[in-house]
Amino acid sequence: MTSIENQASTVGAAKPRIALEQLRTTVRNSAVFILLAVLIVGFTIAEPAFINLANQMSILQAVSVVAILGAGVTVTLAVGGFDLSIGAVAASSVMAASYAMIVLGLDVFTTVPLVLAFGALVGLFNAFLIVRLRVPDLLATLAVMFLLTGLQLIPTAGRSISAGLILPDGTTATGAYDPAFLRIGRSTLLGVVPTPVVIMILIAIALYILTEHTRIGRLLFATGGNEVATRLAGASVPRLKTLAYVLSGTLASLGGIIIAARVGRGDISSGGSLLMDAVAASLIGFAVLGLRRPNVFGTIVGAVFVGILLNGLTMLNAPYYTQDFVKGAVLVGALALTYGLGRNTR
Amino acid sequence: MPLLKIDRLSRSFGPTRALAGASLELNAGEIVALMGANGAGKSTLVNILSGTLDADSGVIALAGRPYAPESPAEAADAGVVTVHQSTDRVGAPGLSVADALLLNGYADGSAPFFLNRRSIRKKAQDILTQAGFDLPLDLDFADLPAADRQLVAIARAVARKASVLILDEPTASISGPESERLYAILKRLRGEGLAILYISHRIADLEALADRVVVLRGGQVVGTFNRPVDFDTAVETMIGRSLRSARPDARLPVGAPIFEMRDISLIPGAKPFDLDLHAGEVVAISGVLGAGKSRLLSAIFGNAALAGGTMRLDGRPYAPASVRAAIDAGVFMAAEDRHRSSLMPADWPGSSLAATISLPHLAKWFSSGLLLGGREQAEAERAIHRLGIRASGPNAAMASLSGGNQQKVILGRWDVEPSRLLLLDEPFQGVDVGARHDIITAIRANTERATLIATSDPEEALEVADRILLIDHHTLGSARPAPSPSFEAAH
Repeated sequence: MTSIENQASTVGAAKPRIALEQLRTTVRNSAVFILLAVLIVGFTIAEPAFINLANQMSILQAVSVVAILGAGVTVTLAVGGFDLSIGAVAASSVMAASYAMIVLGLDVFTTVPLVLAFGALVGLFNAFLIVRLRVPDLLATLAVMFLLTGLQLIPTAGRSISAGLILPDGTTATGAYDPAFLRIGRSTLLGVVPTPVVIMILIAIALYILTEHTRIGRLLFATGGNEVATRLAGASVPRLKTLAYVLSGTLASLGGIIIAARVGRGDISSGGSLLMDAVAASLIGFAVLGLRRPNVFGTIVGAVFVGILLNGLTMLNAPYYTQDFVKGAVLVGALALTYGLGRNTR
Repeated sequence: MPLLKIDRLSRSFGPTRALAGASLELNAGEIVALMGANGAGKSTLVNILSGTLDADSGVIALAGRPYAPESPAEAADAGVVTVHQSTDRVGAPGLSVADALLLNGYADGSAPFFLNRRSIRKKAQDILTQAGFDLPLDLDFADLPAADRQLVAIARAVARKASVLILDEPTASISGPESERLYAILKRLRGEGLAILYISHRIADLEALADRVVVLRGGQVVGTFNRPVDFDTAVETMIGRSLRSARPDARLPVGAPIFEMRDISLIPGAKPFDLDLHAGEVVAISGVLGAGKSRLLSAIFGNAALAGGTMRLDGRPYAPASVRAAIDAGVFMAAEDRHRSSLMPADWPGSSLAATISLPHLAKWFSSGLLLGGREQAEAERAIHRLGIRASGPNAAMASLSGGNQQKVILGRWDVEPSRLLLLDEPFQGVDVGARHDIITAIRANTERATLIATSDPEEALEVADRILLIDHHTLGSARPAPSPSFEAAH
């Protein structure tokens, strides 16, 4: 009944309303880019060093791990799930990589596949809990997050891993970080673009194509949109969900590898705010282009947006402890934009 | 003086007149059965009586006083309680059956603020004693069978001192013995002076219970039948034409069957049945909700397991382990309730017309995995043209299409690729008459495959099918050709 009444009133005031709606849509679709431009111009005027290529690259380098993790979360959001374990996967991957090289004495070519396999395995375990045991996504990945946060402390009895680590049995570890491994985090392409940024761009392009322009991507979104319809169309929903969680686990461990290669040691406290930042990036992504759904492009833009804002504010001497507040404010704003302004356009 | 007197009640939804001056009387101590095909106005009438809809015009009098409830609570206070078909909202998982019985008391504040198990049990038992039957009070509501949930609703109605009880298809999803128990309870309540309005298609129900049968068609009461009720005439009145007039172009099954079912049990204990389908044949299966129509179709489509029996497709054994296996074998199904079973939410990837059609065929059409080339668009254009879909183009959002056109797209999805057997579950749900005609034409145009349609509306079955089979309690009635479709109770 109400819908009929609404339709009737829409017809009555058609013309001004259509113009208004078009304006709303345009504002909604480009709001993030407009804000981004305003920020860049504003920060450049206030602090000309902001626009330096070196500073731009440092912003991208700072957001690269968050963007990669965010892309993983985006894929799990597409299947209607949510991976809360990514932060813990990244943190324990830092520990795993350090442990592999310092304690086990492995080189880069064994360490990297090993750590990626660890991430994939966690994804597989998440999928097992969610698909087989039918634990709700949020609860399953939350539980795995706790599990990993604790697990990473056990091999070293709670110590951070650096060269010369004294093991729980009293012996001293003899290995060291492979210099080739450190290059993953510290080298640059052509002396300009940091390797993590290159990796981020490659991952972004690959996942963008996968989610938006392939058969698998269509089915991933179909699973999140309507599971019953996807099953009745002959697709295997368990397999698609498993794929999503394995992807997100693997990407999270890639993020961990990049952190380990930049820091050069296995800190037990690394990756503290990674989960929240990655989730925020993918949720801000909903507002990009006014799509109101998880999308990889939006997630990358969301991560960069937050990176630029934090970098600019830091240059303007905003205290570090305001950072979380700023991130939260951006997220609230983006969600209000996505849902509040989008409500009347249908 | 009748207890409930409905006088020339009308209600329109936009241009559709759901009720067009329906008049009805209901006396205390009487069970009146209300019959009507889909869209006859039954639900509208029930919704007005139960306070969820307003009438445009007409008067209702309850015990001589004007009655126009603004809400279900107000209706219940006046003594009119409705037991809806879906009974899962009577309680909630995590609450006990006793809690569910006392829910009204909790909500209106008449129950004490502090509760203890013993007082709850006692009050709940009082309610059951009043209603005259027993239920497991300590069971979690989630574990209570559908038939018992109904009794919870009935007991609550009795406890609220209802004078009029409205039951909407109460036996649709319950078994034979459970129906018998319900009949006995309702007869006793009738004896205690309750007026009962009973909505059902099921002849068995009506034979067992109804003092009078009132037939609704096109929003008006078109016939009233007193006991002994001539049900053939009642059904003919309901659908507005003779049962004998099937499709003039009905095809008789010829040649070897495409699809054979032997000794099929849908659920353990159901009477086994056989079914043969031939090329070019359109067979409709009709029966009330919960009779097993959807289960039969799902089992053929590999989405549910058979309790027993064998299937053969084109002479070869056919036992699909998954939906994918069924599709690969050439067995397609458009499931009931397109929004739940086929469509993506608005603005979500895959919510366009073209993507809706392509979803099951992506692997076949895009073997590289990349969605390149115009195959999706071209197939959508073809379907739009062939089925006369009214849409702005292949990229139109499904949400922007009318119900009839949405249903055409769903049919188009399963029509773009050749199939051996097409299963359609309630293909005319929320479809207007014009679109229904187009859909029927499209279904019947293909003579390569066999088509099996499940519908709860006998009129739709007559309109589309060469043969109509009746299903009841998960068993298919005897297969008869269309000239004499049977609406007798299949027991």
